[in-house]
Amino acid sequence: MSTRLATGGRLLDKSRTLDFSFNGKQLKGVEGDTLASALLANDQMLVGRSFKYHRPRGIVASGGEEPNALVGLGEDGKFEPNQRVTTTELFDGLTCTSQNHWPSLEFDVGILNSKLFARFLPAGFYYKMFIHPRPLWKHVYEPFIRQSAGLGKAPRDRDQDSYEHFYAFYDVVVIGGGVAGLQAAKAAGQAGAKVLLMEQDPHWGGRAPVDGGTIDGQDPQAFVDATLDELKSMDNVTLRIRMMGAGVYDHGYVLGYERVNDHAPSAKGPRHRLWRIRAGQIVTATGAIERPLSFAGNDIPGVMLASAVRDYAVNYGVSIGDRTVVVTNNDDAYLTAITLKEAGLEVPAILDARASGGGALADRARDMGIRVETGKGIASVKGGKRVEGVAICAQAGEGAVLEEIKCDAVAMSGGWSPVVHLWSHCGGKLIWDEAEAMFRPDPEKAPTGDTGEGFVIAAGAANGMFALGEALTDAQSAGEAAAKATGHKGKSGTAPKGEAPSYAAIQPVWMMPQGANIKLRMKAWLDFQNDVKVSDIQLAAREGFESVEHAKRYTTLGMATDQGKLSNINGLAILSDALGQAIPQTGTTTFRPPYTPISLSSIAGNAIGDTFQPIRKTPMHDWHEENGAHWEPVGAWRRPYTFQKSGESVEDAVIREIKQTRESLGLLDASTLGKIIVKGPDAGRFMDMLYTNMMSTLKPGRCRYGLMCGENGFLSDDGVVARIDEETFLCHTTTGGADSIHAHMEEWLQTEWWDWKVYTANVTEQYAQIGVAGPKSRKVLEKLTNDDVSAEALSFMGWTEITVAGIPARVFRISFAGELSFELSVPASHGRALWDALMEAGAEFGVTPYGTEAMHVMRAEKGFIMIGDETDGTVIPQDLMMHWAISKKKEDYLGKRAQEREHMADPNRWKLVGLETTDGSVLPDGAYAVADGTNANGQRNLQGRVTSTYYSPTLDRGIAMGLVHNGPDRMGEVLDFPKVDGTIVKAKIVDQVFFDKDGEKQNV
Amino acid sequence: MSNAAVSALNGATVQGFARVEEMGLQGMITLRGDLASAKVKNAVKEATGQDVPALRSLNTGDKGAVAWMSPDELLIMVDYAGVTDTLALIEAALSGEHFLAVNVSDARAMFRVSGSAAGVRETLAKLCPVDMTPGAFEPGMFRRTRMAQIPAAIWMPDAETVQIVCFRSVAEYTFNLLRDAVAEGGEVGLFS
Amino acid sequence: MLILDCPCCGVRGEETEFHSGGEAHLKRFGPGSSDDDFHGYLFEKVNPKGVHFERWRHVNGCGKWFHAARCTMTLEVFGTYSAQTLEPPQEIKDKITAKRPGWSWREFS
Repeated sequence: MSTRLATGGRLLDKSRTLDFSFNGKQLKGVEGDTLASALLANDQMLVGRSFKYHRPRGIVASGGEEPNALVGLGEDGKFEPNQRVTTTELFDGLTCTSQNHWPSLEFDVGILNSKLFARFLPAGFYYKMFIHPRPLWKHVYEPFIRQSAGLGKAPRDRDQDSYEHFYAFYDVVVIGGGVAGLQAAKAAGQAGAKVLLMEQDPHWGGRAPVDGGTIDGQDPQAFVDATLDELKSMDNVTLRIRMMGAGVYDHGYVLGYERVNDHAPSAKGPRHRLWRIRAGQIVTATGAIERPLSFAGNDIPGVMLASAVRDYAVNYGVSIGDRTVVVTNNDDAYLTAITLKEAGLEVPAILDARASGGGALADRARDMGIRVETGKGIASVKGGKRVEGVAICAQAGEGAVLEEIKCDAVAMSGGWSPVVHLWSHCGGKLIWDEAEAMFRPDPEKAPTGDTGEGFVIAAGAANGMFALGEALTDAQSAGEAAAKATGHKGKSGTAPKGEAPSYAAIQPVWMMPQGANIKLRMKAWLDFQNDVKVSDIQLAAREGFESVEHAKRYTTLGMATDQGKLSNINGLAILSDALGQAIPQTGTTTFRPPYTPISLSSIAGNAIGDTFQPIRKTPMHDWHEENGAHWEPVGAWRRPYTFQKSGESVEDAVIREIKQTRESLGLLDASTLGKIIVKGPDAGRFMDMLYTNMMSTLKPGRCRYGLMCGENGFLSDDGVVARIDEETFLCHTTTGGADSIHAHMEEWLQTEWWDWKVYTANVTEQYAQIGVAGPKSRKVLEKLTNDDVSAEALSFMGWTEITVAGIPARVFRISFAGELSFELSVPASHGRALWDALMEAGAEFGVTPYGTEAMHVMRAEKGFIMIGDETDGTVIPQDLMMHWAISKKKEDYLGKRAQEREHMADPNRWKLVGLETTDGSVLPDGAYAVADGTNANGQRNLQGRVTSTYYSPTLDRGIAMGLVHNGPDRMGEVLDFPKVDGTIVKAKIVDQVFFDKDGEKQNV
Repeated sequence: MSNAAVSALNGATVQGFARVEEMGLQGMITLRGDLASAKVKNAVKEATGQDVPALRSLNTGDKGAVAWMSPDELLIMVDYAGVTDTLALIEAALSGEHFLAVNVSDARAMFRVSGSAAGVRETLAKLCPVDMTPGAFEPGMFRRTRMAQIPAAIWMPDAETVQIVCFRSVAEYTFNLLRDAVAEGGEVGLFS
Repeated sequence: MLILDCPCCGVRGEETEFHSGGEAHLKRFGPGSSDDDFHGYLFEKVNPKGVHFERWRHVNGCGKWFHAARCTMTLEVFGTYSAQTLEPPQEIKDKITAKRPGWSWREFS
């Protein structure tokens, strides 16, 4: 059993006991524990079930590479699934539950997958089985997969925590706070660079304090402490713990994932902070990860990475078992055996797959009385939910059992792989180091930044420099090089001298034993989380999935939440062997950020709740809110769709607003309309290019409705232009078009006609704009102003300046509703005051605020087009029969040349008409008019479509506009519009102006 | 008339590790023209008592302030009530020139974040992709940038204060961003 | 995420301050132009692997348009320059030649 030792635990404060629970069981740990070490100290080795076969799984690793030990952490609004116990710091009151089991962790029905179906669930099973027969998919396969699939459960409650981003800028960012990272940061800092050093763990120093050796003759911990003190004293160096380098992106962009309060969930402040860092140079001192060995039963709880066994003993004072067999192909695992022996635990044997055995450490192990077997490996592990023993075999053979050894833990080491993830994220290339059996960064092919120069330098073990001495000198030169590349040429010190026992050469072992038979290979796990075995990769190779990327997807190797940190190299070595090619020929799969999963909330940052996105509000927004506004998003604005009274439906509210406006008086908040000033000696010329109409002839004091097209000829925007003075125009745009039309104007002025003397300014938000519409609109205005707003003084399509309710205003005699109407424009800070004054003065006329839907219906009654309804980016003004708005005198305007193209000038285009259903009903929006016959695809031919359709309260019937093939020439014809339910609505082609064709109501 | 005028958030405030306040109405004029011309220099001097600011900087005095917006645009800041007079003054000074001067006072909202030197810098560093390190950003500089999802301009009147200008319609969004950014416990500890 | 130097305001900003505006150095063909010329102007934009010239706007900044010469494959930025020009400045062309000998882009090389 695993238990807490009386000695050891350099990261613990054993005087502070912490209470926590696992699956409802109350357990105790101590300050400094990870959840993993605390569980192990309580003999809770079994922590979860595997994804496919629901096999019992225990903790394998001690860091971010852990594939098995994922739990649901916390409760309710603090619940989060799939949390690695190895990177979860224990805190008082922590609660967690195991995942992927039913009904219980100890007894799981899904294990039957393994016992009964394992041979039916080989690689590619899903692809092969679920193609046919189809009914089986629905009734058998899908329920089966749904029952067994998935790891953690999605949270049910809203996340209670807060998250934020942080932008930071450094010359040099060092990722990884082991001895290499510390030394690199020191070197760069001494040279004068502004340095950030980040470490994902809550403590500094990495593996060195566990693995031993000496630095400048001292214990590595002493070096760590001294270097930290030095770094802290340097103003140009920032140190952050609990911060992981999540990803490296183009041009030196780095994401740092800071887990601010995971270890103290009741503290104030954000839970996670995502640092968006821009670095001149990045030093990846990210260390290395130990590889498992592929032998039968290597997934049984109690089989662990040798380094992890050592970590638990040294860092947390936890023994994994009383009797631990060590199996290895390299010298490093001997450290584990020695550590365990020194802690008073039994190591029945070290099985060294190398015939030649190990070096100095092997001698030391033998001197300590540990049995060392060379050229031997594990044939299979005995046990179910816990290791009970191992069967030993010759590594060179096929697995014939030579001897069985009783043990309750196995410490395995297949060698080490540099953590090249961050190096590779942005294109850094790797080389295969045959001698060390690993991929390491190719310094000639670093990722390149905006200058074309490399911007990532790997250092220490991440660069394949495993020996303490060479890791430190490598880090020193990495730090110096990074500082130099960012223009800092100050003097750095020298690397300290690191000394550790030298290692004998590693011997690659990808399968144990090397000739393992199929029964063994089917029990030799590569990917523990996704249940991929040696036999699966070999099957994929046989079936032709020769590319490593294909084999990965076919078998799901490395596709779990651990992204194959333990499995990828072993898997591609097996694949290479199966294909009979060298490992570099197979290559690696692509390393993608993030290095380990980061919370989605940290990515969202502040884009949540009331800061999810900017919502634009007019000065009258609060009034609308208080008066029943039913909101409609228009771009980022919120506009009232209608103002609902209590007990009133949305539809009834719209009808009421229209009737009241037509009969008496309505108010519209039109503040969102775009307003752009165009000024200069060449303003008229510029306006003539922007609009299809002639704008330069517009007289000051007058307004003109205009159309804007892109160079492709299609309508992009429309609105009323007012000429302010000889040199100045005020362009009204659609609500959604304000920013894009302003950008469009500036683009032409800056990139094409830069010699034209024109300035523009987007003054959309300077003004609150209120449409006062209806027969009583002049009357209400006259109550609030002493200025003359009579038809004679201010005729239709004129504008002037008046004072209304004591506020200086521009008043435009324009009408979108088809009624006598005035648009009042006042400084936004007075908008609410004017609105209130109009409401008060209009009370005697039954003044009715109306929303966008009433506006839409009233404009449709008048046959006015709406950008986005009648237009969709494929419609030219000629299609909308707006020839009157297209100047024939002008030689040029944006879109003119395009409108001359053959297809645009084709008389056979769909054109705008009114549509009137024969039964008075409302046509469905977007409905198509069908024609005789079918097209090449067997679909019904079409001859038109509905662009706007409403119930008109004024006419008490459905009215619509649509684009119909040669429509204007076919007045009176009746078209068929099929509905979704298969029935047909008949509609007659009519004039699009349904109401007050002669404009008698607006022009008074 | 100005007694009826209300700013977007009517002076709302919130206190976290720094204090956030909407500053009420501020007179602002967009002036576009040839910034190198003697007439523009003169107009700016008359309007604000200040010289035309250098690239990405801001000149401030008792009479007003002027900020560099782009190679042909300045933002002139004076009392809200004085904008009409200042505009008239500018227009007279630039008579005959090609220029554009327009009142944008009501189109904007202005915020002040004040507190410790480190605190105000951190607050902005949470929202803008701008290096807020002392030395990299200092009083006198004027920076237009992105603040979360909106455009904004920022400057530091002094070491313990940052001011922000954004569009009026997104004043509430901006206030809420700042409210969250200064929340207690969110101190980063980077600039202290 | 790219970094660009805005030549108009001098800001070295991240991509989120900018907005890409497609190919640079477009030659406009208006009324009276041939169908082929107009078609080329409107539709035949290039998107080469390698050296490319683009239009960008400093949208969350000074608001100005400018041009950028960069490599679409390595994302190296050779330089940014004024939009008020009909061709890339010689110094930028020289810089590209030094790094990508034999390059060409439309009529420039």
